[in-house]
Amino acid sequence: MAKNTLSSRFRKLDIDEFDENKFVDDHDEAVDNQGPDATEIDNLIRIGDTMTAFQLALRNPPLNTKNPAIKERALAIVLRVLTSFKSSDIEPAVKSLDRSGVDLLMKYIYRGFEKPSDNSSAILLQWHEKAFAVGGLGSIVRVLTARKTV
Amino acid sequence: MSLHQFLLEPITCHAWNRDRTQIAISPNNHEVHIYQKSGNQWVKSHELKEHNGHITGIDWAPKSDRIVTCGADRNAYVWSLKDGVWKPTLVILRINRAATFVKWSPLENKFAVGSGARLISVCYFESDNDWWVSKHIKKPIRSTVLSLDWHPNNVLLAAGSCDFKCRVFSAYIKEVEEKPGPTPWGSKMPFGAVLAEFGGAGGGGWVHSVSFSSSGNRLAWVSHDSTVTVVDGTKGSTPSQLKTEFLPLLSVLFISENSVVAAGHDCCPMLFRCDDGGSLTFVSKLDLPKASITRNISAMERFRNMDKRATTEDRNTALETLHQNSITQVSIYEGDQRDCRKFCTTGIDGAMTIWDFKSLEASIQGLRIM
Repeated sequence: MAKNTLSSRFRKLDIDEFDENKFVDDHDEAVDNQGPDATEIDNLIRIGDTMTAFQLALRNPPLNTKNPAIKERALAIVLRVLTSFKSSDIEPAVKSLDRSGVDLLMKYIYRGFEKPSDNSSAILLQWHEKAFAVGGLGSIVRVLTARKTV
Repeated sequence: MSLHQFLLEPITCHAWNRDRTQIAISPNNHEVHIYQKSGNQWVKSHELKEHNGHITGIDWAPKSDRIVTCGADRNAYVWSLKDGVWKPTLVILRINRAATFVKWSPLENKFAVGSGARLISVCYFESDNDWWVSKHIKKPIRSTVLSLDWHPNNVLLAAGSCDFKCRVFSAYIKEVEEKPGPTPWGSKMPFGAVLAEFGGAGGGGWVHSVSFSSSGNRLAWVSHDSTVTVVDGTKGSTPSQLKTEFLPLLSVLFISENSVVAAGHDCCPMLFRCDDGGSLTFVSKLDLPKASITRNISAMERFRNMDKRATTEDRNTALETLHQNSITQVSIYEGDQRDCRKFCTTGIDGAMTIWDFKSLEASIQGLRIM
């Protein structure tokens, strides 16, 4: 008895992987969006056209891919756009989105919350407030229940 | 709108008898309590104690006056009233996980039980052996079945489950019924065939509740990602989904061919309209609080609040809605699914509220049930 209890190798086994009734989500890898185009968006931010940069950044979200690099890249671009906004411009930008756009924006906002940087939290909270005013609790619930994350 | 508070325990599920003089509820334990209406009060008349686990579903057959209950003890019982006492008959469901939902078919010759064993048990009475037999629908359900609803033709069964999908199955039992005619959902209906499957595709949440319309052509479901979806079988199979800005809804019900009432974690029933093109729109919340009267707080009350709650304001912690906690079930109280005049909601706060569309239409501006 003493010998076996010393070994903790079994604790590295993920027992759920061996469960025959395990739920495997059917993932259609078909359409693989590559995320927004960095160069074009950088140009738009430089000339100050944050609204168009915002519209472009939310196009082609990499929802289907399992590659984390693509998702990180897309997230970085979107966060750069969001942090370059002035507070007064946030509300019209959110108003220009449709329901799925607001849901997508909420997903990016929460991803942005995960790794706070020096000045991102304040502006992200303002984005969150405006997006919540349009999307309500439902948009946040859809961020929590979404299986295709951004 | 009349609210009746039964007890403080949550009402897990409820079922009405045919003339709405009795209601069977389960107060979140192993028992079913039947309350009889006497004047304006509800008096407890029977206690049905047979289950060994929490009751998860109750359904009362209006014509044959039988109650079917299912519970977390993996059993279902069919109760019949004999000499003023409800006598149970055990139904062997052959499931190895808890039952989650039960519903009598429209003709009351069968009932379907959803379970955590990833299957639906369709039970019918075999008169030769004098007992209830169950047949299983397993494929392609991949997780717990949360909700069921029968199509008016007594054969088709809609099921919402935790694998994010809503499906229409055939529950045709040749021993108790004739072959059904073709429907917009399909014409070949052997037992267990999947006639339609919706949802999933990487999005969506657990399907909490499903409901067929009175014609059987439309199917509505609510899911945990705060959406309501309606699909019209006669207009192809593209469902129309509405992403709401509320908390997830837990129960949905067609109250006319074009209107759907749903309620859930926001403690408030909501009305949605489905137009002829099949697209779904939100109409209104049905529990609009009356304008709150600002009372002048007396000095005594102010000091009492300061002492008790360390605050000088009059902060009411009750919710503005009638229900003080999530609504878990919506049912028809008066009328039928083609034209419902009153509906009933029960929830985790242990309250039962009856809503009257006539007074709702009068009190809410611009509200018209179509």
